[in-house]
Order: sequence, then C-alpha cells, then structure tokens
Amino acid sequence: MEKANEMKALRKMLDKARPHFEEGGRLSSLKSVYDGMETFLFTPNTTSASGSQIHDSMDSKRAMITVVVALLPCLLFGIYNTGYQHWLACGSNTFPFWEIVLYGFLAVLPRIVVAYVVGLGIEFIAAQLRHEEIQEGFLVTGLLIPLICPIETPLWMLAVATAFSVIFVKEVFGGTGYNVFNVALVTRAFLFFAYPAHMSGDRVFVSTQPICGIGGTVPDTFTTATPLGQLATSTVEGGGLDQITNVAGGTVSTWDIFLGLIPGSFGETSTLCICIGAVILLATGMASWKIMLSAVAGGLGMAALAHVCATPLYPISYINPFDQLFLGGFAFAIVYMATDPVTASRTEAGKWIYGFLVGAIAILIRTYNNGYPEGAMLAVLLMNALAPLIDYCVVQSNVARRKKRLKAVAN
Amino acid sequence: MTMAEKMKNSMVFFNPFAKDNPVVVQILGICSVLAVTTKLEPAVVMGLSVIVVLAFSNVIISLLRNTIPTNIRIIVQLVVVAGLVVVVNEMLKAFAYDVSKQLSVFIGLIITNCILMGRLEAFAMSNRPWPAFLDGIGNGIGYSIILIIVGFFRELLGNGTLWGARIVPESWYEAGYVNNGMMILPPMALILVACIIWVQRSYNKELQEP
Repeated sequence: MEKANEMKALRKMLDKARPHFEEGGRLSSLKSVYDGMETFLFTPNTTSASGSQIHDSMDSKRAMITVVVALLPCLLFGIYNTGYQHWLACGSNTFPFWEIVLYGFLAVLPRIVVAYVVGLGIEFIAAQLRHEEIQEGFLVTGLLIPLICPIETPLWMLAVATAFSVIFVKEVFGGTGYNVFNVALVTRAFLFFAYPAHMSGDRVFVSTQPICGIGGTVPDTFTTATPLGQLATSTVEGGGLDQITNVAGGTVSTWDIFLGLIPGSFGETSTLCICIGAVILLATGMASWKIMLSAVAGGLGMAALAHVCATPLYPISYINPFDQLFLGGFAFAIVYMATDPVTASRTEAGKWIYGFLVGAIAILIRTYNNGYPEGAMLAVLLMNALAPLIDYCVVQSNVARRKKRLKAVAN
Repeated sequence: MTMAEKMKNSMVFFNPFAKDNPVVVQILGICSVLAVTTKLEPAVVMGLSVIVVLAFSNVIISLLRNTIPTNIRIIVQLVVVAGLVVVVNEMLKAFAYDVSKQLSVFIGLIITNCILMGRLEAFAMSNRPWPAFLDGIGNGIGYSIILIIVGFFRELLGNGTLWGARIVPESWYEAGYVNNGMMILPPMALILVACIIWVQRSYNKELQEP
C-alpha cells in the first residue's frame, strides 16, 4: 500500500515537471532527459500508432534489462575470480570468501562506473543534439565493456576506448539499432590495437595492487599469462592443457577452465556462468539459438580439424577440441556478442551461416595466428561486416527460387 | 587581364583549399594520405612534391593541349608526370635523403595519384597555361593541408612528437600516459580524414549530400 502511494507521488512529481520540458518550456532542450527518466520509472504509455506489429509492453528497455540480468552470473563470478586470482598470485594458502569478494568488487566497480559515465554521457549529449529520446542500448554495452577487458587496463584507456567506439561505431551511424559493429567489441579492439602492451602479455590479467588496504602486493617477479597466451608461446611438442600453469604455478584441469578459475578478462573466464546466461537469453527469446548452436558447431568443427592436423608450429592446435570451447572469450563472444540482434544476420538461413562462420573463424584465428590468441573478438567483428552480405545472398536466392517455381507453374 | 578573368583565376586557386578540396570533397588521393602521414615531416615533403609535380605537369599539358591527339592523351599525360616525378625523386635523394627513405615508393607512386590525372583531364586539357598553373598549385595546397592536419594528429597522438621533437612531456609517461598505437596504423588515418569531412560538412551545408 505504501509502495503504491510512493509511486503516485513519483507520478505526480513527473507530471508537475512535464510543462517545463515541453516545447517552449524553460528546460525544453533537456526533453530527452525527461523522457528517459519517465520511461525508466514507468512503462511508456504510448504504443506505435500504425503498422501491423503486435503491440505489447515489450520495449527495448525491458529487452536490455533482460540481457543485463543474463550477464549478472558472469559479473558476480568475475568479481569473485578477480579477488581469487589476486590471493593466488600473492601466494596465499587461505581464501577468505568475503574479503575476496570485497576486493574483487572494489577492483571491478570503477571500471563499470567509467564505462557507464563516459558512454551514457555521450549518449545524453547526442540525444540532446538530435532532439531524440535517449536510447537504452548502452545499458548492456556499458556492462559488457568492463567484462571483456583485462582487469589491469588503466581507467583512462577504458574511457578513451569507450568514447571512441560510442562516437564512431554508434552515434555516427545513427545511434542505438543502427550500428554496423558490436560497440563493446570495437572498444576492446581499439584497446587491443592502440595499447597492445596493456591488453595482452603476462601482467595485465591479474590485479596486482592492494585496494583500500585489502589484499596484498604481488611480487615483482610474478608473471602469468592467460592459458591461451601460455599455449600460444609454448614450445613443448604435442602438449595440451597439461602444460599450462595457473597463477600459483599449479596445474590446470578442464574443470578449472570450465568453472573459470583462471586468469583472463574477468567476465569471460567462466563457461558455466556463460551457460547460465545463455539459458536466460534463450528462455526469454532475446538471443537466437540458431546462431549459438551453429557457432558451437563451427568452433568445434574447426578445432577438431586443427587437432587432427596439429603441428608444433601452432601449439594451440594440440588442445582437445572441447577444451577450445571453454578457453578464452569464445563462449562469451558467441553467447553475448554474436547474438546481438542489431549486428547479426536477420534472415533465418543467414543466422546459421553467420553463426557457423563466427565459430570457425574464431578458432581459426586463435589457432593459426599466435599473435592474436583472442580470435573470437576479430571473428565477430569480421562477421558483423559480412552479415548484411549474407542476408542479401539469402534473400536473393529465395527470390530466384520463387521465380523458378513460378516459371515451372506457368509452363 | 580583365576583372572577370582575375576573379576566375582566384577561384581556380582558392577553391581547392576547402570548398573543392581534392581529398575531402573529391575524395581523390586517399591512399597516399593513409601511407605517408604517420609523421609530420614526410607529410609536408610529400605535399610539396605533389604541389611541384602537379603545377608543372598542368602547365606542360596545357601548353601541349592543342597538339595532343585525343586517343593517346592519357599516355602523353603519364609520360609528362613520370618525367617530373623522376626529377623530384632525384632531388629528394640528393638533398633530403632521410625523408626520401621514409617516403620510399610513395614519391614514385605520385604518378598514379588520382589527383594528378584528375586535374590534367579536367582542367589542363581545356585551359590556358596560367590558370592551369594556378589550378595545380591550388589543388596541391588543398591536398597538403589535409596531409598536414592528419600528419599532425597522427604524430602527436601516436608518437608524442612533432617534426621529431618531443611534445608530450616525460612526466606524462611516468604518470601512466601511453602513446596510441592505433594512430600509427592506416585505419586511423581514414578515421581522421572522416573527422575532417565531418567538421567541414557541418559548417558547409551546401557540401552535404542529401
């Protein structure tokens, strides 16, 4: 009951403020901010007036929130893993749960704040300039960006990269829903090519400094690359997972890489949490199961092929094909990035082709180019560029088939 | 020279600076903009070379315009440009060896620069030598302006230097500043050119495509 009253008060307040934001009001230039707040607090009371689509209360805000919920398992596990890797690197034998979580939280929080402040700031400005409503697309992007970057990436780099990709990948193409490439992945690609020393190597994936007095200082001699990074530079012939060491120098099992207790960009290490996210996305119909399934098939096929013709030139080719699916950003990229409805193929047949190629190219780049052990990012970006072409070919072949059928009937 | 001719000549000279810029309006010569602008110095030298070659080839072709048979005109133009490029290339090797090393094949490739053929075909073939000379200089300067702007930002952000002199202070690097490696890569030159086009078209509404 009390809640209902509160809601009414809020509604009243918004209604009272409305005239100021209308045409001619003194705050009319901030109308999109008002609209943004109103639709954020209440369901929009307008539905589209024409066209034959089904109108229900599903709008892009709810869609975005669903994806954010699907990302939560990865985020929470990433927070724990950040602390866990730090404790491991410090050489500790005890792992106090709450301290680890608090440390991880303090390490992760600034990244999320920076990504949201920079990205939403630009979105607000762009919306004011265009006299449009503020779009919700950045709710997901802003969370994805910190999840796919190494924990030690300096915050200013994160801010520069976020600004770059929001402006040049999203706003110049017309804002949410018009981008050709996945915004979060372009942020990572920008960081990867602009600041390579801070995006790969052996000291960026584990947080090394104490935060607010929690945690210890990692010794200077400490170096640990991600499992993929280690494999790419390994020289042992015929070796697979057994030659990888974890942060403390111990062995790593398939179970560890499935659970995600390995160093890496902190959101994408845990295949288990990604699977939970995938189930949420599929159950709510947010993501296409065709893309996910065909990407797994493509990745597995390519990995198996690489495994069969494994050579010491490309050490990653020795890994068991199933382990390939758990390593690196592969699972994260195909669940959260490849299925992005804006940048993926739209036709049903196109989705199969698109997904398959994302999976296959990701493993291809990872295995056969030791300079880029993270192939999933490049694979999704490449296929983003090709998605419209795939759709075009699918549509054209449909047209051709129907013409042929028409001819057959006419004869 | 009449007043109208003077007006026309000044338009021929000044229009390519902004309103009819060969790079950002006609979108010609993009490849060399990507290739030679990682540093300011080679960008300036490249700009000067193009000004010289463009101006003199325009004059020569304009002088010959009535004697060149139409069906072999492209070959004649290429021979003239190639001759001038060889002269410029030898001059650079003699007097600015380091820069000529940095520019490597790109001086030679001025022959294939679309701006050259474009100006010869569109202007020198149908105008008198003096306007053709002005047109060559004007377009060369228009091309150089873009080269210098792009080179300025790429060297400053990619290397922290300008004309080889350190601009970003050491203390910044100690505080955690890192040069942007992407600026050295060709894609960023393309994005910078796009930014120039963006800024120019927001000020010049008549240049905006519908």
